[in-house]
Amino acid sequence: MKRLVQLLLPLVGVGVALLVWWAASAFVADLPSPLRTWEESKIYVLEPFEKRGESDQGIALLAFYSLKRVAQGFLLGIAIATPLGFLLGMSKTLSRMFDPVMQVLRPISPLAWLPLGLILFRKSEPAALFAIAVCSMWPTVINTMAGVRAIPQDYWNVARVLRLSPLTTFTKIVVPATLPYLFTGFRLSLGIAWLVIVASEMLTGTPGVGGFLWQEYNSLIYAHILLAILTIGVVGFVLDRLMGMAESLTQF
Amino acid sequence: MAFIEVTGLSKSFTSAGAPREVLHDVTLSVERGEFVSVVGMMGCGKSTLLKIVAGLIAPDAGQVIIDGDAVDVRRGVRRDAAFVFQNYSLLPWFSALENVRLAVGAAFPDWPKERQRQQATRHLEAVGLGQALQRRPGQLSGGMRQRVAIARAFAIEPAILLLDEPFGALDALTRESLQQELARLCSAVERPVTTVMITNNVEEALLLSDRIVPMTGRPPAGPAPGRGTSLGLAVAVELPRPRSANDLVHDDCAARVRAKVVASLTEDLERTRRARNERAA
Repeated sequence: MKRLVQLLLPLVGVGVALLVWWAASAFVADLPSPLRTWEESKIYVLEPFEKRGESDQGIALLAFYSLKRVAQGFLLGIAIATPLGFLLGMSKTLSRMFDPVMQVLRPISPLAWLPLGLILFRKSEPAALFAIAVCSMWPTVINTMAGVRAIPQDYWNVARVLRLSPLTTFTKIVVPATLPYLFTGFRLSLGIAWLVIVASEMLTGTPGVGGFLWQEYNSLIYAHILLAILTIGVVGFVLDRLMGMAESLTQF
Repeated sequence: MAFIEVTGLSKSFTSAGAPREVLHDVTLSVERGEFVSVVGMMGCGKSTLLKIVAGLIAPDAGQVIIDGDAVDVRRGVRRDAAFVFQNYSLLPWFSALENVRLAVGAAFPDWPKERQRQQATRHLEAVGLGQALQRRPGQLSGGMRQRVAIARAFAIEPAILLLDEPFGALDALTRESLQQELARLCSAVERPVTTVMITNNVEEALLLSDRIVPMTGRPPAGPAPGRGTSLGLAVAVELPRPRSANDLVHDDCAARVRAKVVASLTEDLERTRRARNERAA
């Protein structure tokens, strides 16, 4: 009985949220109610892999384009961030040298990076990847750094007492000891990468969930905006859960 | 000249902005093959002394010479020295076997992998862990973990064994069986192993050592006026081996040694208490 209640509680929460949405739609003329949203966008959900045109595609296809872009940008970001994090974590000099640069670059919005990317690469696709990578790399840099610094003195002593070479110390002690932090960084980075995707697709007009959202706004089909928003939320949630599972595998 | 020569060692640490002397003019010599225990209260700088001997920390003054070579932090820990930490210091992401093999691989890089593995397995079997090779430290009890740490130390075939309160974190029963195990391992090796053990347990020192050196000079955790700890007079333990904890309880010689060591440890406490009372008066 208690377990049943535990399972039902999240559903009640969803119900309340739908109710708020429905109430709001009663007051704002342009906001479609949950039911109307479903009616108008069910074709995208029920035929998720249907390709009717360049921008008129099933929601799963749109999400797939966005995910592909996010995966590329995210991998690029962590490929830069991970070695950088280890370097900065192990060298006090380097971390002091680059700390101000990092602190300044970190809070910059993807909307600000995108035009720079367009100038640098002249095409929208690499510019979007650039914006995702440069925005999503910081949590990985910072967590890796923190992870290296948090390695207990005991482990460093073990390395010295056993006379491990610098390479062995790195692969057998530093990397495994940092792994949990590294994966926390990856999870946060992926979250940011997913946030950035929408902004970059909106600005570059590339096909994907964000691009779809912007195009439907321009076509005044508001129900589809809500569909896109919900899709972004659900996909982001699933991504976070998947990374959380990977993260928990790295705990000892 | 003795195998290990420690002369005029001093070391201060800065705590809360003020330098605090931990070791003051420590001198100690250990003969080749000898087992020497340094006994002192908690927080008297015993571990610092051992870490300086190992080459993990640099002293402020004085030097350590082992077999004619000066110990230098920049050159790191000697190849033929093994160190056992109080808190086991095993790597939690590796199995017992991998933990030992890591040490063997670093000590004998020229050996083929298979021989390194055999060496590690053999030494784990020697401490009774033949069945637990693949277990990680998290799956082992405290006593078993320390067995792994001891196997790791012996697996590199050390000439010098440095033990930093090796049984300090164990319960009394486990402690006793491991002490016997260590005594057995020390006498079993063909080459003489020179051992310096740090402990706060006089009985443990009696059971294992050829000589016991009490640490004196400052009470544990007291305020730190001026001097750090130095070493008192060494007491020889002339008891036949193998020794057992039971025999030691009633043995006259053991009683004399115990009395001397305890006297030298408490005399120091007395002196400080008196000094404090005088200051208060």
